[in-house]
Amino acid sequence: MTARRPERLREVQAALAAAGPRGIIAHGRGRSYGDAALNDGGDALLTRRLDRLISFDAGSGELVAECGVTIDEILSVFLRRGWVPPVCPGTAFVTLGGALANDVHGKNHDRDGGFAEHVRWFDLLLADGTVRRVTPDGAPDLFAATAGGIGLTGIVLRLCLRLRPIAAPAVVVREDRMGSLDDFLSAFAGRARQASYSVGWIDTLARNGKLGRGILETAEPAPAGRSFAEDRKGATMPIDLPDFALNPIAVAAFNALYFHRIPAGGRERVLGLRRFLFPLDALDGWNRMYGKRGFRQFQCVLPNGEAAGGIRKLIAAITESRAASFLAVLKTLGRAGVGMLSFPMPGMTLAVDFPNRPDAPDLLHRLERIVLDHGGRIYLAKDSALSAEGFAQMYPRLDEFRRVLAAVDPAGRFQSDMARRLRIREDVA
Amino acid sequence: MSGETWVVLGASSAIARAFARIVAARGDSVILAGRDREDLEASAQDLRVRGAAQAEVLGFDALDTASHGEFARECGRRARGKLCVFLAFAAMPEQDAIDKDPSLAVHTINAGFTGAVSVLHCLAPMLEDQHGGRVIALGSVAGDRGRRKNYVYGAAKAGLQAYLQGLRARLFAAGATVTTVKPGFVDTAMTFGRPGLFLVAAPESIAAAALAAAEKGRDEIYAPFFWAFIMLIIKSIPERVMKKLNI
Repeated sequence: MTARRPERLREVQAALAAAGPRGIIAHGRGRSYGDAALNDGGDALLTRRLDRLISFDAGSGELVAECGVTIDEILSVFLRRGWVPPVCPGTAFVTLGGALANDVHGKNHDRDGGFAEHVRWFDLLLADGTVRRVTPDGAPDLFAATAGGIGLTGIVLRLCLRLRPIAAPAVVVREDRMGSLDDFLSAFAGRARQASYSVGWIDTLARNGKLGRGILETAEPAPAGRSFAEDRKGATMPIDLPDFALNPIAVAAFNALYFHRIPAGGRERVLGLRRFLFPLDALDGWNRMYGKRGFRQFQCVLPNGEAAGGIRKLIAAITESRAASFLAVLKTLGRAGVGMLSFPMPGMTLAVDFPNRPDAPDLLHRLERIVLDHGGRIYLAKDSALSAEGFAQMYPRLDEFRRVLAAVDPAGRFQSDMARRLRIREDVA
Repeated sequence: MSGETWVVLGASSAIARAFARIVAARGDSVILAGRDREDLEASAQDLRVRGAAQAEVLGFDALDTASHGEFARECGRRARGKLCVFLAFAAMPEQDAIDKDPSLAVHTINAGFTGAVSVLHCLAPMLEDQHGGRVIALGSVAGDRGRRKNYVYGAAKAGLQAYLQGLRARLFAAGATVTTVKPGFVDTAMTFGRPGLFLVAAPESIAAAALAAAEKGRDEIYAPFFWAFIMLIIKSIPERVMKKLNI
């Protein structure tokens, strides 16, 4: 993979023109867990130096910025002025281009939808070298293909995002123990759905009657003037943990501690917004907990009617495989995304990571099967193992997406390992 | 807010961009000078969003020395508060390319040395008149010792560093400081993807070190600091040994 790192917009066009037969793919901060932004044998265009803020309208909250600007950078400039991105994924170290290309969601998805819903327009560098301003009304197909389209329609150069005003850079967080999956499901069906933010952490090693036990966090924006726990200064994970550290007993102990740190009656506290939204960002290099072999990430969504049975089967499959997993994340999603390949659908999403042991691909295939049986979908931003057949069943708007690609990129200039694995561009393969 | 105006020469470079952001965020004014006006406009917008008192673009071509007098006067007209200078431009072609094309050697010297001396000489009287202000100029560890791998670029920087020593003495009497910053390897567009680099620093850290050194009135610094030790070793290699080394 040849990497190019332009610092000026003009150099992006030159990089596209110079790309070889294996094409090119935009690569932001490398926070996709799989191969969405990798292009073996081809080119990758690193966008991190395209990081300028172009304009901000304090009346409308509209921010125009280059594609390599991160959520973290926006927060560092705008949080103290009382503005935040309307949708933040679980890490702030993603670029705006990546957030759009994966149509990311946050803990407020029920209420506020996905990232792309808040994008007013973007400038897209197309395969033929021209730049087009794309709006949801002016070019609905190209907009919907680019939102969640994992970079295959072109390179987003700039975009306009509507920021949201906040009274204070903090949230009031309520944490409650959930004794089992049923407790979670009824809480999510009731009060959690009304909350501005909600997320569940579950212990995938708990079995039988305790299957699916965990902690439910719900949060509301804090009013101005409340004091709160400051955003922590980040620590760094200094070493790769050795493999034996990740045995099920140690991880079960960790998960049990995590569960019991919340009092039985729950607790409420005021937390800095960053600390609430990005708990893992406080530990730089947290992935090294999984040692040198790294880990696999899996995230799926199951439609509402299927969630109870399907999630139970998924957790059971993970527990059975003895794949020690730190906390898994469970939450509801509110509505379908605007993109043709957007991940969200109304239902329940489960995200898990586990060590990359030799049997990890088998487990991922079993999980894929369960997701398919329950009419669900796997999140491309997290995926490294989905089959092309499974992908086609999970994403019913794939044909629409392919038609747009055939029109805007007939020769397949934009390619990635993921696009080849999922056979998205069958026409140009 | 310190209320100075920084003229950033070669403002599209990564270190200059990072430097402009630091001074903009504390409320200084910035004049971005360079050739790629379209790119500089975007950077000026960025600085305004981040809180610069004023950020504007002024065309500047290091090779067009005849224009430098008028350029300096225009900077003087636009400056609010004390005028300060951050000089970051240079040309650094691959040494192999220079060895095949002597005109590239001339270009490297003209851009990195002649152009720099010319514009600083045009700005110097204003720094004398205002009795204060700061000059920060990027030299290089390459200017400390001629090496097979980049001796033309190194010669331009060595010349510039000698010039800055004299300018420092001249402006000292007027209360203005001149700080020479000698970076080691920096992660910029000039070095991206080149083999054989080590201890590569982020442009943001060089920019921050440069500003901190200037505010303390330091004359010369290495950035990051440990290059002082590396260069002490490189400089102490006898020439009869050095000529046999391909470094």
